Amino acid sequence: MLVSYNWLKDYVDLDLSAAELADKITKSGIEVEIVESLNKGITGVVVGHVLECVQHPNADKLRVCKVDLGEEEPVQIVCGAPNVAAGQKVPVAKVGAVLPGNFKIKKAKLRGEASNGMICSLTELGVEGKLVPKEYSSGIFVMPSDAEIGSDALAYLNLDDYVLELGLTPNRADCLNMLGVAYEVAAILNEELRLPEVQVEASGEKASDYVSVAVDAKEDNPYYGAMIIKNITIAPSPLWMQNRLIAAGIRPINNVVDITNYVLLEYGQPLHAFDYDRLGSKEILVRRAKDGEEMVTLDNAKRKLGTNHLVITNGKEPVAVAGVMGGATSEVQDDTTTVLLEAAYFEGIRVRAASKDLGLRSEASSRYEKGIDRNRVYDAAYRAASLMAQYAGGEVAQGVVEAGERLVSEGKAEVTQTRINTLLGTEIEGEQISDILKRLRFEFDVQGENYIVTVPTRRPDITIDADLVEEVGRIYGYDRIPTTYLLSEGRPGGLTPYQAARRKVMRYMEGTGLYQAVTYALTTTEKSNAFTFSEEQENVHSIKVSHPMSEERSTLRSTLIPQLLEVLKHNHHRSIDDVGIFEISSVFFAHEQSLSVLPEEKTYLSGALTGLWSIHPWQGEKKKIDFFVVKGILEGLFEELGLHSRITFEIESLPGMHPGRTAVMKLDSIVVGFIGQIHPGTQKEWDLNESYVFELDLDQLLGASVEPTVYQTLPRFPSITRDIAVVVDQNLPAGDLNTVIHEAGGELLKESSLFDLYEGERMEEGKKSLAFSLKYYDPERTLTDEEVTKAHENILRSLEERFGASLRK
Amino acid sequence: MQDRLQALKEEALLKIQQASDLKALQDIKVSYLGKKGPITEVLKGMGKLSPEERPVVGAYANEVRDAITSALELKISELEQAVIEEKLKKESIDVTLPGRPVRKGNAHPLTAVIEEIEDLFLTMGFTVAEGPEVETDYYNFEALNLPKDHPARDMQDSFFITEDILLRTQTSPVQARTMEKHHGRGPVKIISPGKVYRRDDDDATHSHQFMQIEGLVVDENVRLSDLKGVLETFAKKMFGEERKIRLRPSFFPFTEPSVEMDISCFKCGGKGCSICKHTGWIEILGAGMVHPNVLEMAGFDSKKYTGFAFGMGPERIAMLKYGIDDIRHFYTNDLRFLKQFKKA
Ligand SMILES: [Zn+2]
Repeated sequence: MLVSYNWLKDYVDLDLSAAELADKITKSGIEVEIVESLNKGITGVVVGHVLECVQHPNADKLRVCKVDLGEEEPVQIVCGAPNVAAGQKVPVAKVGAVLPGNFKIKKAKLRGEASNGMICSLTELGVEGKLVPKEYSSGIFVMPSDAEIGSDALAYLNLDDYVLELGLTPNRADCLNMLGVAYEVAAILNEELRLPEVQVEASGEKASDYVSVAVDAKEDNPYYGAMIIKNITIAPSPLWMQNRLIAAGIRPINNVVDITNYVLLEYGQPLHAFDYDRLGSKEILVRRAKDGEEMVTLDNAKRKLGTNHLVITNGKEPVAVAGVMGGATSEVQDDTTTVLLEAAYFEGIRVRAASKDLGLRSEASSRYEKGIDRNRVYDAAYRAASLMAQYAGGEVAQGVVEAGERLVSEGKAEVTQTRINTLLGTEIEGEQISDILKRLRFEFDVQGENYIVTVPTRRPDITIDADLVEEVGRIYGYDRIPTTYLLSEGRPGGLTPYQAARRKVMRYMEGTGLYQAVTYALTTTEKSNAFTFSEEQENVHSIKVSHPMSEERSTLRSTLIPQLLEVLKHNHHRSIDDVGIFEISSVFFAHEQSLSVLPEEKTYLSGALTGLWSIHPWQGEKKKIDFFVVKGILEGLFEELGLHSRITFEIESLPGMHPGRTAVMKLDSIVVGFIGQIHPGTQKEWDLNESYVFELDLDQLLGASVEPTVYQTLPRFPSITRDIAVVVDQNLPAGDLNTVIHEAGGELLKESSLFDLYEGERMEEGKKSLAFSLKYYDPERTLTDEEVTKAHENILRSLEERFGASLRK
Repeated sequence: MQDRLQALKEEALLKIQQASDLKALQDIKVSYLGKKGPITEVLKGMGKLSPEERPVVGAYANEVRDAITSALELKISELEQAVIEEKLKKESIDVTLPGRPVRKGNAHPLTAVIEEIEDLFLTMGFTVAEGPEVETDYYNFEALNLPKDHPARDMQDSFFITEDILLRTQTSPVQARTMEKHHGRGPVKIISPGKVYRRDDDDATHSHQFMQIEGLVVDENVRLSDLKGVLETFAKKMFGEERKIRLRPSFFPFTEPSVEMDISCFKCGGKGCSICKHTGWIEILGAGMVHPNVLEMAGFDSKKYTGFAFGMGPERIAMLKYGIDDIRHFYTNDLRFLKQFKKA
């Protein structure tokens, strides 16, 4: 809502600047987003009287004018506007004047003729082109003949005004009109409120002789009123009205249309003026449109209507889409003499349906949608009729032809002084409460400490005690509410074990050198499940949003990896090729085609790594990221979570992954994630370098019960370490060997670690050699050489039996 | 005999002094103090001396032996020291060469901001509550006093999956779920961070996915003045002790009265600058007293219980705090962006 500061002065005395007013309104609950000065830096523009206007001797399109600026001598000005003529009062920028954009007016010579100033158009004075009345859109602005020569033209044009742009929340539709704002401002400033005085002198004729009104859709249109104003002369509306419409962002058209718009702005009541003689009948029938019914609207567009839309008809065909736009045939034109003025209450839902379907949003439709004050319909209609009598020479026929209930009863709301003070934490006196309710112009009864308020229909947002608490609080002033601390006994706060563990995982991942990424949950259907590591994941359905804004953001993901690859790609395209990132986010699984219950949500920990891992160039150190770098990171994580000994890695071929360099990770026997190299084909599709990824079901990991840490006594006896190197088949996993070593080593074997892997030329084809360092220890005594040898030989024998391993010589 | 010993001593000491390496010293030791050395030779002739002379010469011989031994030891340690120094000199390095980098990542700036806020409220006795990102219409809207045809639903155009299931547009459904779990008994004191989704075109200031943090306190006798106290504590800890706060009336369907909280600009201190759009104030969060309908729907007696709720955007706070000008940076994850928040 755009509020003219000058216009507001009609209703409330304002002894403060526009900026100060804006600050007070903001503090009391309606945010003033912008205070705009209509003077865009103009100085030196006065009212001039064109005394003489002749053709320029050397230029077809220029005129040479003598203009009286109220100074001793008239000045000569060369003007290019086609509509300049002798006898006009016009805005003139004198020599030395400044126009918007810091445009300075200087003495000039145009094609040999001296020009001492400039006659201005409205756009040259800073008015937006689309708001300039049509007749002046390609020329200078012509002012009323009574404008005083030499006086400041800005005042005449209301360019000394300020416009306050209100950011209205949905509950304050009452401030979508000047009177509503005036009520608000009067309450805030504790000032008197002057409402417009409306007097209509009706002629002898009755409106009901002209037209009958019927409504066939009461639930959409509870009230419809029509007035008849005849003997109208269509002309421009008075300058002050045009100025106010322009300030509110509405282009002046003619007196009748301007008056309906003006009253809309003033009362918030949409009105429509039909040319009575072009209605095509003497009846108004409001009904739902028929399926496929058509009409041409004011903007000359053919509109196809449906049963969801409400129309005004002449009994046969639609003449307006209710609350949205009038029809072209019954539009007020220059020769219109009799006007049928519609003042109705349409339900917002019905108006919204049409304005949405037809793509037409207007000042009127948006007000119906947000809710208007039904009890103001009459006031607005009479106000418009009286203005038409005054400014369009109209005669108002007696009465309003109407259908439906015009008035609704006012609601009641109650609140006690105690409730106000306990909810706000204040000590507001009863007298102050009464005073505030009076300032808001609410009628109320006081019974003890109970306030029974009759809520005016302009404020439908007030229904319960809390609403009244807010009204009292905001006028009292939120800055006067004290600062206190919660009375209730505080229990200690804290993170849940899961939340604490999740933070620990984040810190660990960061500590390994990975950066945390946060990516979008919505992606393409294809990417949403591009990576899976268990059958359960493959058997789920895509979760698509019903009207996606783009395919790129259409489906909820069930893997984080595609978005992480996007991040690698983004960085790769900027020559950032050494990247390690992780993300902890939700993924979504639907176990049914069409969701009847919420989908399953899990938290995944995923990562993507590419490029070099450790780089220390001047010492010649450069280590590429490979499978084992990533595996090492995860092994560290499992250790951190106390799960290390329960996790196994098993080679697996998974979609999009390198078949020989990908493993699933099992916790006990349950698959909890995967790790591996992106398949070279996938890598090429994504335009990446060699990349590695992992994905883990974090909920499973953090949900696993972990044995508490128990201290192990430090060794008191020496341990014995022996190495063992065996030759086995090349494709035998080292992990399998290790398992058997531990089985066979028995109690005494405490640790085994792989320290050498050889697959080179000196090895028989298809074989490899693995060397382990084995540590034997008994906490109770010193081991003898014989015991260790026995255990060691047992291991060798088992390896031989199980894998055909031979001792490497 | 004594003269002979005297001469040997002087001769040996001179040789020791002139020795330049450990090998020479070893030779000196062997030749003078060894079993076949001259001092031993001298002592062998002691039998020829009178009983009176013997102890005198014996003592002197020991004196000479000791003098040579200690001179030898001193010289050896001098030479060893020199060798060590020579070695260390050769080992000297250029300490200005770059060190071996330790890989260290960091949290995403939004995580950093969220954890900072969480920690701040944890110390005030709050717990962290979380809930699903895909929600029912009931928890996302209806339980929050936003029935199906409420115009305020337009304020948050949503991604619906079915008629009844949508991506949550706010973290408030967590509040509704948490209150329900309390079965009408207070106190409730939670903070709920998380991702939310709205149908916005992504640009410098809008993102279809973003974060929210909301807080909720429900108990007997909770007042708007208490909300002011909590928010003031938060503002001062988050943005500096000298911050002032200002509450302005506003509107949210789930609170009544509703307020917006501004803080005095941390850039200009309130004088007016580009960050605060020359008003001296920066809008930080929305809040209010929990609407009685919301309390009642969650099973609380709104006559007995009152509460307050507040909500803010971690992106906005991070943008203000670090001077970030484009919200899309948070979701693009350019490494040059992420790396800037090491100490965040
Ligand atoms: Zn500032």
